Amino acid sequence: MFSGLREKVGQVLVPGDEFCLEIPETLSLSEPMKPEKVLLGPGLKRKGDRKLLVVKSGVLRHKQPHVFWVENQQRRYVPARGETVIGIITVKSGDVFKVDVGGSEQASLSYLAFEGATKRNRPNVQVGDLVFAQFSVANQHMEPELVCVDSAGRANGMGVFGAGGLLFSVSLGLIRRLLRPRSDVLSDLQKLLPCELVVGMNGRLWARASSVQQTLVVSNLLQSCDTMSPPQRQQLFRRAAQGAL
Amino acid sequence: MKDTPLSNCERDFLLKAIEEKKRLDGRQTYDYRKMKITFGTDYGCCFVDLGRTRVMAQVSGELVAPKENRPNEGIMFFNIELSPMASPAFEQGRQSELSVKLNRQLERCLRNSKCIDTESLCVVSGVKVWQIRVDVHMLNHDGNLMDAASIAAITALCHFKRPDVGIQGDEVTVYSPEERDPIPLSIYHMPISVSFSFFQQGTYLLVDPCEREERVMDGLLMIAMNKHREICSIQSSGGIMLLKEQVMRCSKIASVKVSEITELISKALENDKRARKAGGRCGFAESMPQERITALKTDETSVEMTDASETANDIVQKAEVPLQTVPSPVVPAPGVGQVGEGLQNTWGLEEEEDGDEEEEEQQMEEEQDEKEDSREGDVVEISDSEEEEVVILHPETQDKTSKKAASSSNQKGAETSKQRKKN
Repeated sequence: MFSGLREKVGQVLVPGDEFCLEIPETLSLSEPMKPEKVLLGPGLKRKGDRKLLVVKSGVLRHKQPHVFWVENQQRRYVPARGETVIGIITVKSGDVFKVDVGGSEQASLSYLAFEGATKRNRPNVQVGDLVFAQFSVANQHMEPELVCVDSAGRANGMGVFGAGGLLFSVSLGLIRRLLRPRSDVLSDLQKLLPCELVVGMNGRLWARASSVQQTLVVSNLLQSCDTMSPPQRQQLFRRAAQGAL
Repeated sequence: MKDTPLSNCERDFLLKAIEEKKRLDGRQTYDYRKMKITFGTDYGCCFVDLGRTRVMAQVSGELVAPKENRPNEGIMFFNIELSPMASPAFEQGRQSELSVKLNRQLERCLRNSKCIDTESLCVVSGVKVWQIRVDVHMLNHDGNLMDAASIAAITALCHFKRPDVGIQGDEVTVYSPEERDPIPLSIYHMPISVSFSFFQQGTYLLVDPCEREERVMDGLLMIAMNKHREICSIQSSGGIMLLKEQVMRCSKIASVKVSEITELISKALENDKRARKAGGRCGFAESMPQERITALKTDETSVEMTDASETANDIVQKAEVPLQTVPSPVVPAPGVGQVGEGLQNTWGLEEEEDGDEEEEEQQMEEEQDEKEDSREGDVVEISDSEEEEVVILHPETQDKTSKKAASSSNQKGAETSKQRKKN
């Protein structure tokens, strides 16, 4: 089933590509029927009963046993529940903050959704501050909602941050590459110079190194390795390490 | 749709970087971004790339009745379009304050400087003259739209050719390009606008600000100049007080930049002319590199890494690095404007000197490191007479929000916890 899909792993797909489900013509009576599953990730959509539609352009990826998704390099962010993002506070109104997350709509963040916040003890948040927060509501019908606490009421790394660093944006593909366990980009960067990074799933990155110069270097390196292949990137980092740039 | 707001952290960082004479894209204070001039297939179509700012200018001609008070002069018309394609902050079909300002400045730069011979555009005095219309479209906004627009407009005007016109009695005939060769406009000089942004009440000055720099700047000074060093228009906005010396300094920088840009424009025009003459493929479509979806773009962001070699030792050094002598940010006395006089940029020079010093220090320290390393092997304790100091920089990041930083900062900690000897 979906053997066509398996064949295409690692190849480029464009929106509109379709895959059909083949049904074996003969059913064996002796062996029990084994239902085969396919899990669809971003970029793939089910169309009708036995068809798969590609909705994003990119490289098809596969994870054992049956997860498929399309890895793409888009820059436009669509909020999704549970994702952690970097937002910029734009408005303080009453008991909610409006936060720009780079989506089509601003998200709202309750002032009670911070660790240790109560009605009396309000968090100190100013307009223009950066927050690292998680989507608790994100669907196409409702205004997205952010929280800065996990289910246990702990900050868990979330909250207001950002003094002394630089915020910049890269493609969502690079963000996912950075967040991957044992990320190669990150390990290359670690070897080069120590820095502090906050990675938002909405394509925003915040970096801070020991000096302004080094922060700029980190930001420029990350921005330029957005569209590079691993050998190109390693070459760039090697040149950076030698100070040749 | 609203523009992405500028966060406080970006603002603080930019101002701090400017104080340290650093820019986001690794440029020097007086550097322009990479400029690229391309032409369309038609005459009078020009694209200008200034970094990521992208502007298109299209010139067109039309026969109209002249203005009553100037019966034998052609008409110039300038129009700037800010489409939402350039930036989500621009709205369609509405004259924003910025577009009025840019339009006015472009008119002052090109029409009021009388760089185009309008009398040669007259066909029949008082009856028919050419109206030359320049439409400038912003395709992408990454700061300094004015400079890009002025370059695109004047280049497009230089490139434009109007159809030839014949007069027999009362009859005016417009010849198609096949019948008679089109005629270029007569242009006396090329005014080019150069923008300077000022920070902290004019203490710091940057040439060609990018979008984020434009957002934090206090004031802007636009000088339009031609290569004969004649100022065609000058405008300061943002309401900062500028000293006479600052304006003089800016005009000197502008003269250098203008001559560079003029050279680039004439080279681009020359190349295009040659390509057209050779009958080869020319125009915008041909100038675009073949890009496939899967092709990896190789545009690299230039990274300034002047002190990157010190990065490894930097944290260790930090404890002992002497106070850097920051070159006086105040604009020096008149006559010290170096750029206009063929001398080198002092800011750059001083930085290099700093770098050298630091390198020397680094070498010395490396030697020290080696000594220490050899000593570490021994079990013998160093005598008390020598002062020792342990510098451990605690990784500050542990309580911070970053998930990713933990490992890198640990590494940092490991490096720094090395014993260091003072003396």
